[in-house]
Amino acid sequence: MERITLLSPTGHLGFTPIERESFYRGVEREPDALVADSGSCDIGPYPLGADQQHSPVEWQRHDLELMLVASRRLGVPMIIGSAADTGTNRGVDLYVRLIQEIAKKHAFPTFRLAAIYAEVDRDDLLFRMRRVRVRGLAGRPDLTPDVVERTEHIVAMMGVEPILKALDMGADVIICGRSCDDAIFAALPIRYGFPKSLSFYAGKILECASLCAEPFMAKETVLGTVTHDAVEFEPMHPAQRCTPASVASHSLYEREDAFGHALPGGYLDLRNCVYEQVDERRTRVRGARWIDSAEYTVKLEGAGRVGERAVAFVALRDPMAIARLEDVLGWVRQKVQERYGPSGGDTYELFIHVYGRDGVLGEREPTPISCHEVGILIEAVAPSQEQATEIAALAQRNVLFARFPGARGTAGVAAMPFDEVLPARTGYAWTINHLLPLEDPLELFPIRVIEVGTPVGEVKGGSKACRN
Amino acid sequence: MPKLIDLATTIRSKNAGVDQITFDILFRDEKSYRRVRDSGALTAEVIASLYRVPLDVVTHFSYVDSAWAIKFTLRRRRPSGSPGETDVFGSQQYPPLFDIVIPF
Repeated sequence: MERITLLSPTGHLGFTPIERESFYRGVEREPDALVADSGSCDIGPYPLGADQQHSPVEWQRHDLELMLVASRRLGVPMIIGSAADTGTNRGVDLYVRLIQEIAKKHAFPTFRLAAIYAEVDRDDLLFRMRRVRVRGLAGRPDLTPDVVERTEHIVAMMGVEPILKALDMGADVIICGRSCDDAIFAALPIRYGFPKSLSFYAGKILECASLCAEPFMAKETVLGTVTHDAVEFEPMHPAQRCTPASVASHSLYEREDAFGHALPGGYLDLRNCVYEQVDERRTRVRGARWIDSAEYTVKLEGAGRVGERAVAFVALRDPMAIARLEDVLGWVRQKVQERYGPSGGDTYELFIHVYGRDGVLGEREPTPISCHEVGILIEAVAPSQEQATEIAALAQRNVLFARFPGARGTAGVAAMPFDEVLPARTGYAWTINHLLPLEDPLELFPIRVIEVGTPVGEVKGGSKACRN
Repeated sequence: MPKLIDLATTIRSKNAGVDQITFDILFRDEKSYRRVRDSGALTAEVIASLYRVPLDVVTHFSYVDSAWAIKFTLRRRRPSGSPGETDVFGSQQYPPLFDIVIPF
């Protein structure tokens, strides 16, 4: 095999629907696989912690249907990573159900679906932690049992190996739980003997679809072609171009390090990448290197509940109040503390975001305040919703009643667009961002194979299922 | 003297995992890139001082000659999306970079 072409229609399946025109243009090119990632930790810890849907199911169905119809028509594999945003077992089962429903609707002949699960059982992890060190990423300390105990859901990011296994089992459609974006693209090229370096590099660039092209457009289809010595990228939207600058810049996207990119089993060395413009709309890249690591590790993600949340909004227009902002906020904190004790720890936490001053950057904001009005978002976190609501209300009302020297307004020094505290979703935090060593790349990722669709010829009976 | 915003075509910030935010500064031409790189106006120390953080919060800083890019990464104040979050995607952390003056 000289080359293999992968179609990437979206950077996050279901987040907003795939743009159809460039998708169909890509399908006309008869790619060897359709691949899309459906997950992200950008959405925050809530969907994983609560194991809840983030994107609407109907948008996910839309994207899966586009891809499944094309994949069955072309007779090429379809691989989906990190099902339903978080890649929990619930997400995988949801996508399996959607694929079954879409197959039934279109009366596709039988095909083989593999579901690869990635959720990690707390007790299993605690048991492993007796034998192995679970190293923290980004300066976090090693994982300890108490952190695992206060984590609701844990997923592990699979590498290519479980996907290769599913392909070996004859899967036409693969729904992965939490998985490395790069791995879902790299699996098929690796299976056909293309270098790991180029296969993973293709994955790294294709995982956000049209974000590797210019001008900026999201959700447009891009084709990536892996050969034995290079990878080529071509956007399917006619107004986009893949240039050396756009591809090189995307190789930096969302990664900590400019030159190294760690993956299960090794890392991608990008230091010697060379970018070459093939024609107006295509760019070719050579020079990526793959370096095996001594230990096979997978990244664990976990989210745990912090407390119930309530939010309120209040604004300042009085220049005297803005000039005395620290006094105003000091008064608010003092009144809340008088009633509920000091903020922080196990009791409650009060966050006061001051828009117009440092609402976005917090203490990292270098620019001094310079505006005639200030918006204050109050966020209270407490063990119960009632407590959080009370604390947010007390803080909001004490902005109105703040006492400070030089006040002129004596009927309230703040404006409330509504005298109301809004209940917010339960607060979760990323409790786990760690690396777990594995002896076998498959050991955390059970695969279930299901026959889907309308049997051709004789009906042999219901669907088969196996789990290993 | 020009500012960074006059020389760079892309200045962006984005989550790199749940504990870090990474910044990419991209240039249209090699001349502008080299000018900023060689000016000494953009270093890990400058970044730490601009964002008022200790130097070890800057976990990565590099000049990427092959991409005409400058990249650095900061550890987050708290993991993304925790209560108290102000920028869950980390996508609005870059504007203070605009006004960095680039000497000749």
